[in-house]
Amino acid sequence: MWRFVGLRVLQAVPVILAVITVTFFLVRAAPGGPFDTEKAVSEQVKAALEARYRLDLPIHEQYLSYLGDLFKGDMGPSFYYPGRSVNDLIFQGLPITAELGFYALIIALVIGCLAGVFAALKPNTAQDYVPMSLAMIGICMPSFLLGPLLVLIFGIWLDVMPVSGWGQTMGDKVLPSITLGAMYAAYIARLSRSGMLEVMHQDYLRTARAKGLPERIVIWRHALRGGLLPVISYLGPAFAALLSGSFVVETVFQIPGLGRFYIQAAFNRDYTMILGTTVFLSTLIVLFNLLSDIVAAWLNPRLRYQFRK
Amino acid sequence: MTEEAQQILNAMPKGTSLWEDALHRLRKNRLAMFGLCYLGILIFICLITPWIAPYGYEEQNLRLGAVPPNSEHWLGTDTFGRDMFTRILYGGRVSLLVGFIATFVALIIGVAYGAISGYAGGKVDAVMMRLVDIFYALPYMIFIILLMVVFGRNLLLLFLAIGAVEWLVMARIVRGQVQSLRQQEYVEAAMSLGLSPFAIIARHLIPNALGPVIVYTTLTIPNVMLLEAFLSFLGLGIQPPQSSWGVLISYGVETMEEFPWLLIYPGLALTITLFALNFFGDGLRDALDPKASRD
Amino acid sequence: MMSFKTRFIALSMILLLAACGGDSGGETRVEVGNREGVFHFGNHSEPQGLDPHIVTGVPEHHILTALFEGLVTKNPETLEPEPGVAESWDISEDGMTYTFHLRNNAKWSNGDPVTAEDFRWSWQRAISPLLGSEYSYMYYPIENAEAYNLGREPDFSKVGVSVLDDYTVQVKLHSPTPYFLQLLDHYSMYPVHRATVEKFGSATDRLSQWAREGNIVTNGAFALTEWQINSHLRVEKSPLYWDADKVKLNAIVFYPTENLVTEERMFRDGQLHRTEEIPLEKIKAYQAEQPEITHIAPWIGSYFYMLNTTREPLTDVRVRKALAMAVDRALIADTVTQGVYRASTALVPPGTVGYTPPHLFDYDPERARQLLAEAGYPDGQGFPPIDILYNTHEDHRKIAVAIQQMFMQNLNIQVNLVNQEWKVYLDSHNNMNYDISRRGWIGDYVDPYTFLSMYITDGGNNKTGFSNARYDEIVLKAAPAELDRDKRYALYHEAETILLENMPILPIFTYQYKHLFTTNVKGMPDNIMGYYNYKYVYLEPEA
Repeated sequence: MWRFVGLRVLQAVPVILAVITVTFFLVRAAPGGPFDTEKAVSEQVKAALEARYRLDLPIHEQYLSYLGDLFKGDMGPSFYYPGRSVNDLIFQGLPITAELGFYALIIALVIGCLAGVFAALKPNTAQDYVPMSLAMIGICMPSFLLGPLLVLIFGIWLDVMPVSGWGQTMGDKVLPSITLGAMYAAYIARLSRSGMLEVMHQDYLRTARAKGLPERIVIWRHALRGGLLPVISYLGPAFAALLSGSFVVETVFQIPGLGRFYIQAAFNRDYTMILGTTVFLSTLIVLFNLLSDIVAAWLNPRLRYQFRK
Repeated sequence: MTEEAQQILNAMPKGTSLWEDALHRLRKNRLAMFGLCYLGILIFICLITPWIAPYGYEEQNLRLGAVPPNSEHWLGTDTFGRDMFTRILYGGRVSLLVGFIATFVALIIGVAYGAISGYAGGKVDAVMMRLVDIFYALPYMIFIILLMVVFGRNLLLLFLAIGAVEWLVMARIVRGQVQSLRQQEYVEAAMSLGLSPFAIIARHLIPNALGPVIVYTTLTIPNVMLLEAFLSFLGLGIQPPQSSWGVLISYGVETMEEFPWLLIYPGLALTITLFALNFFGDGLRDALDPKASRD
Repeated sequence: MMSFKTRFIALSMILLLAACGGDSGGETRVEVGNREGVFHFGNHSEPQGLDPHIVTGVPEHHILTALFEGLVTKNPETLEPEPGVAESWDISEDGMTYTFHLRNNAKWSNGDPVTAEDFRWSWQRAISPLLGSEYSYMYYPIENAEAYNLGREPDFSKVGVSVLDDYTVQVKLHSPTPYFLQLLDHYSMYPVHRATVEKFGSATDRLSQWAREGNIVTNGAFALTEWQINSHLRVEKSPLYWDADKVKLNAIVFYPTENLVTEERMFRDGQLHRTEEIPLEKIKAYQAEQPEITHIAPWIGSYFYMLNTTREPLTDVRVRKALAMAVDRALIADTVTQGVYRASTALVPPGTVGYTPPHLFDYDPERARQLLAEAGYPDGQGFPPIDILYNTHEDHRKIAVAIQQMFMQNLNIQVNLVNQEWKVYLDSHNNMNYDISRRGWIGDYVDPYTFLSMYITDGGNNKTGFSNARYDEIVLKAAPAELDRDKRYALYHEAETILLENMPILPIFTYQYKHLFTTNVKGMPDNIMGYYNYKYVYLEPEA
C-alpha cells in the first residue's frame, strides 16, 4: 500500500512542474500588457514599472526567479491591485469557494446517491425513470441557465431567496450551492445507479438474502460499499469539475470567490494572479485526485496493482 | 453447395454479427431513437436554414423592439427587432458546427495519440500516458479561458482550444482498447506478415476499437456545446454578429424578466438538443456493451 | 422501499425549510441603513487601490472623495468651489497666482495636523516622473509642473508651488486657468500622509502597501474601517474631521456590483440605496412608474468613435464624413439607449458652462452616399472591410450592432465588430491598431478645454493621427492666455470647427448618467459632473 502511495506522490511532482511552466509561458504570450492605461503614460514610467515587476529581465530569468519564489511559497505581487500579493488574494477568495464547493458537494453526494440507489432498486420502472430523467436535466441544463432561472423563480417571483451575494443576507448560500451541486448530483446519481446495478446481482448478496437478512440490511451493509465505489473514484474528477463550475456560479451570483478573482485576473492581464491561481488550483486538483485514488485503492485492493504492467 | 445443404442453411437461424446485435438493441431503446430522430431533423433544418429562414439574420427593426411570439414572428423578436426564430436557427448552425468540429478535432488527436501509445507499449507508452495525466490534472476551464483571452477570440482558435481539452479521455480509451487488441492473434499474424505498424494500426486496430470511440464521441459533443455556451456566456466564445445558442442565452439572461421568451426558447433549444445527444449516446453505449449499465 | 422514500422526502423537506430562513419578514438592509445612517452604495467595480495619486476610475473616485479632502471642494448643487482644507484663498489680478489659507484644525485620521507642507510634499510626489501618475496632466497649469513631470526639470523648487508658512500655500500658474479651483477637487491633487507613505517604502513605489486597510491614514470626512476585495468596502464617519458636526451619515458601504442586471435586482431587494447604472430595457418602465427614484441627467461626457486617419480607406476625409453622416443617431438614442444618451454631432457636450459647440452636419444618408462615391466607392463598391472595436460592455455592443447595420443599409459597406476587454482595447489604441474604435471621455472639470485638449498633435489621448497646426496653436497657446470668457469660447469654437471639418472622430452621443436612488437619500442632487459631496448627504427613514 505504501509503495503505491509513494509512487503516486512522486508522479504528481512533474505534473505540477509542467503546469507551472506551461502557464507561465502561455501568460507571457498574451497581448495587452498589464500596464496599458487609458490616460497615456510616459515611457519612463512604463520602464520603471516594468523594472519593478521584473518584466525587463530576459524571460528565462523571470521564469527561474518565479520558481524560486514559488518554492518559498511566495506567489508574487498582484499586477492589478498594487500593494496586494497574490497570496493575499487567493487566500481571501479560497475559503469562500471552498465553502461553496463543500455545500455543493454535499448536496451532490446526498441527492445523487439517494436518487441513484433509489433508482437501482427497481430498475426500468417509474422509480427508475423519474429520477434518471431528472438527472438528465441536471446534466443538460447549464448552470448559467439554471442559476438565473432559480433566481427568477425564487428570488424575484416568490421573493423568498436573496438574489446575490454570499454571507451578506441570510439564506444567500442556498441558491448558489444548489445551482452548482445540481449537475454533479446528476452525474453521481447515474454513477451510483450503475454501480449499484452491477453489485445487486452478485453472489454474495444472494447469499445474504438466502440467509434471510431483510433487504434493507442487505443494501445498507453489503451492497452500498461495492456499489458506491465508482462514486468514490469520481470524487477526484468531481472536485476538479466543481472548481471549474464554481466560476460560472460565482459570476452569476456575484460571489467573491476564487473563480471570480480568476476571471477578473484573466481580463485584467494580472499575470501573477493568473499564474498563481492556476498553479494553486492545479496543485489542489492533483492532490485531490491523489487522495481519491488512495481511498479507492484502500477500499478496493485490486486497484493497488493498476500501475504494474 | 447442394440444394439440400442450401435449404438446411436457410432454415438455420441466422447468426448475427456484433454490429447487427448492437443495432437491434439500439432500435429497441425508445429514448435513444427519439434522440436520433430529433437530431436528424435538427441537422437537416440547420443545413437548409439559409433557404427557409423567414427573415435576414441581422435584419433589425429598431422601432419594433422586442415583441412576444405572434403570427409574424413565431418566437418573437429581440430588443433590436430581430426575428428570434431565425436567430435560433442560425444559432443552432453555429452551436452544432462548433460541437461537431471541436469533437472531430478531439477525435483525431485522441485516436491517433492513443493508438500510437497503445501499440508502442513500453517506455513510449509510459511517457505518452504521463503527458496525458499531466494535462488531465489541469483545470480545463482555467486553461480555455486563458487560451481565449491570450490569443483572442476567433472561431478557429475556439475549435482548437476546446478540442485540445477533450482529446485526453479519447486517447485513454483508445489506448486501452488498442492494448487489449494488440494481443489478439490476427494482429500477430499481420505483424509476422510484415505489415508496417502504420498499416496495422490503421487497418486492424482502429476499426476494432471503434465501438467505445463512437460512444464517447457522441457523448463528447454535448459537453463541447456546453463548454462553448459557457465561454460565449463569459464573452469569450462566439463574437457578434454571429450567435450561438450560448450567446443567445446570455443575452436572454440579461432581460429575462421583461422578455422571458428571449431566454426560454434558446434555453429549450440547447437543453433538448443536449438531451437528445445524451440519450442517443447512452443508447449507443448500452447497445454496444450491454454489461455496462442495464441488467 | 418505503423507508428510503420517506427518508428521502423528509430530508429534502428539512433542507428546504432550513434554507428558507431567507428574507421573509425582517428589515431589508436599506431599512436598517436608514435607521443607522449607513449608506449602501452600488459602486460598479472593485477599486484597484486607494492611493489617490496612482489610481484612476470612477469607482475609486467615489471612495476617495469620502476618505480624503483637497484644498477646495464643491457645492453639490451649483458646483461652485467651497472651502475644503483651505478656508479661504486669494487670486491675483492676472489670475496666475493663488494663495490658499489653510484652516488650523484640519487633521489626519491619526491626529496629525494637515499642514501646507503636506500639500507641497504630496504634489511633488504626485508629479514625480517615477510615480507615473496618469493624472499628472491635471497639474500642468502650474508653472513648470509639466517640465518636472517629464523629467526635464529636476528641481521641484522651480515648480510654482511654495509654502509661505505652516498654513499657507501659494501656487503660480503659467497661464490664467479659470477652472483651476475645480482641478483642486480632483483626487489626483489630494494630500497624502508623508510619514505613512514613507513608512512602507519609497514615495514613488507603486507597489507600496501604505494604502491598505489598517495602514492608510486619511484626512477626509470618513475613515476606512473594512475592505474585503470583491465583497465590500466600508468607511465610517471620522470624528477627527474638522467639519464632523456637519456630517450626517455614519458610514458608507461600497459594493462592487459589476453586473448591472444583478445590481438592479439588489436594489429592488432593498440591498442598495443607489445603483451605478440602470439596465437599458428597464429605463422606460422606471421613468413611467417610478420617476422619483430614477435619476437620468446630463453628464459631462462624450461618446464617439475614433477613426484611424492613418489607415486606408479612412485616410480620405470624404470617407470619414460619409461614415459620420450615415449614422442615424437620434434613432439609436431613442431605441437602443432608450433616450438615455443624447444625439451629438460635436465633441464637446452642449451647455458646458454656456459653450455651444459647432453644428456642421446631420444624419444625411444621401449626402453620405455621394461623398463615398466621390471618394471612389460608389454604392460601397470596392470598400475594404473594416473593424469597429469596442470594449466589452452590453451597451457598447448594442450601439455598435445598430451602427453596423446602418452602414450596411445606408452605404452598402461591410464592417466587422471586434470586442476586446479593457486592457487589450487600450493596448490597441496605444499602438493605433484599429480602424474604428469606440471611445468615451468624461470631462475632468467643467470647461470645454477638458475635451479639446485631447486632440493636439501627438497628444497622449489623441491616437487618431489627427494633426493640425492651427488647432494646436489655439489649444496650447491662444486659448489658455485669453482671460475674457466669450473670446476664449470663440477660440474653442474655431478649434472644434477645425476638428469637425477633419472628422478624426465620429461623434455619436453625449452622456447622461443613469442611477436609481431610494427616496430616503437626500443631499445628492443631479449635476453635470455626477459629483457627490458626502457632507451634504443624509438618509431619511420612511415615515
